[in-house]
Amino acid sequence: MSNTTANLVALHTIVRREIVRIMRIWTQTLIPPAITMTLYFVIFGKLIGSRIGTIQGGFSYMQYIVPGLVMMSIITNSYGNISSSFFGAKFSRAVEEMLVSPMPNWVILLGYVTGAVTRGLVVGALVLMIALFFTSLHIAHPLVTFFSVLLGATIFSLAGFVNAVYAKKFDDIALVPTFVLTPLTYLGGVFYSVNMLGEPWQAISRANPILYMVNAFRFGVLGISDVHIGVAFVVMLAFVAGLSIVALQLLKRGVGLRS
Amino acid sequence: MSSVPALVVDSLRKTYGNGVEALKGISLTVQQGDFFALLGPNGAGKSTLIGILSSLVNSTGGDARIFGVSVNQQRNEAMKLIGLVPQEINFNQFEKPFDICVNEAGFYGIPRKLAAVRAEKYLKELRLWDKAQHQARMLSGGMKRRLMIARAMMNEPKLLILDEPTAGVDIEIRRSMWQFVSGINAAGTTVILTTHYLEEAEQLCRNIAIIDHGTIVENTTMKRLLATLDVEAFILDVVAAPATLPTLPGVMLRRVDDYTLEAEMAREHDLNSLFATLSAHGVTVRSMRNKTNRLEELFVRLVENGRDKAA
Repeated sequence: MSNTTANLVALHTIVRREIVRIMRIWTQTLIPPAITMTLYFVIFGKLIGSRIGTIQGGFSYMQYIVPGLVMMSIITNSYGNISSSFFGAKFSRAVEEMLVSPMPNWVILLGYVTGAVTRGLVVGALVLMIALFFTSLHIAHPLVTFFSVLLGATIFSLAGFVNAVYAKKFDDIALVPTFVLTPLTYLGGVFYSVNMLGEPWQAISRANPILYMVNAFRFGVLGISDVHIGVAFVVMLAFVAGLSIVALQLLKRGVGLRS
Repeated sequence: MSSVPALVVDSLRKTYGNGVEALKGISLTVQQGDFFALLGPNGAGKSTLIGILSSLVNSTGGDARIFGVSVNQQRNEAMKLIGLVPQEINFNQFEKPFDICVNEAGFYGIPRKLAAVRAEKYLKELRLWDKAQHQARMLSGGMKRRLMIARAMMNEPKLLILDEPTAGVDIEIRRSMWQFVSGINAAGTTVILTTHYLEEAEQLCRNIAIIDHGTIVENTTMKRLLATLDVEAFILDVVAAPATLPTLPGVMLRRVDDYTLEAEMAREHDLNSLFATLSAHGVTVRSMRNKTNRLEELFVRLVENGRDKAA
């Protein structure tokens, strides 16, 4: 059997196992984000949004926040999936099954990232369907929409993987979402346009990678964005490349995995 | 059969980040088809050596070659040849034994259809088939250990490494495990075993290395090692142990309690003279047994000698 075929079998094994895990604990992986986002739609979109009126490009506040909330659920779920799954494997030492196998490191990384991206996309689709109960949406640029969610989910899957590699206890995988991911998401233009901010806050906001993901997705769905779409994709691709290199280096050196 | 050894360990060193020198440049060779015992006290360096062979531990010097394939230079190729049964339970306890085995095969690039056939074969051979679709956490300790053996067999390795596989397992299950591993070895798989049950090593293994403080203190055949044992000790259950013991040249006789005596003598010393002397002094022997396992005695002696030299 060629190495390529063996690697594809190994990749399929990891992805399949991750998807089985997501479906096995669907009450933890799929339902909570759907409930949380429904509450966001009701409170921010319906109750408060109805008093705000249109916000940008003639869109209602509900229509404006839908892309941001969908992207928010995609990135938090991609991140949460990989950090808990890989750290769980580390904690139970089940990760050794993979580490002693002939699988190359990139297969391990790609397998886990694909599993996490899958959860992100499934949750994103669920949230989008819920949004349609509250407002109507027309996808302005389908390809931009697809690639922005794919890159956003990939970036945070890779970040979650790096977090899981360094984590020594379960608290360590909760720290980053609490103190980094959530603030960056809220300040990433999910609920407002950064053009509403004065300087220096507008400039500071542009250093937030989530701003580019939210706006790229919003451009795909609504056709409006606070940042140039080309710049958004360059930023996202740079993050994917940078985080992939970091994750592969960590696996190669065996940080937190090999003695 | 090719003359390439199953394992060549060459000047292997490991110094951990905290400065602990776990392996001090050890070398050893395991021939193809061997059943090899790797013994040593806790903290001797056995698990570090196994960790390096399975690439879970990075060596800081030297190399190991598995069937001629370097673990340092061709890790992925070397790992294809190994099956590892680790000391600690290391599978996802929420998965089913069948899935654990099939997934393990997948990591080695074995297609799912073939993996399912092998999983059924090895789970049946290790008497786990009726538990194949239960969550692994529901299995008993012995079953979990057998599951790790079944898992290690999924890639049908040329070298099977068992790191204390029978720790905490009852005697019946232990025997069935050894029956399985002996069969695997007879079919051509090289087996390396570490265990604290030295009678197992004595019964199963043809060659042996004893490791202590990161160095090999003995590396020979089991027969040759046991032949070096020149003293044996026996426990005698007697009707009534006399207060004053008879003396017999070449035999050290000791009173353990009112019903037990201990006799230590050279291996070549005959037992008839001991029984005759005891009988002449009115001591009736009901039964007799070896005080300790022979290998255990040697093991303790070798490790203690090594420490004396180091001191």
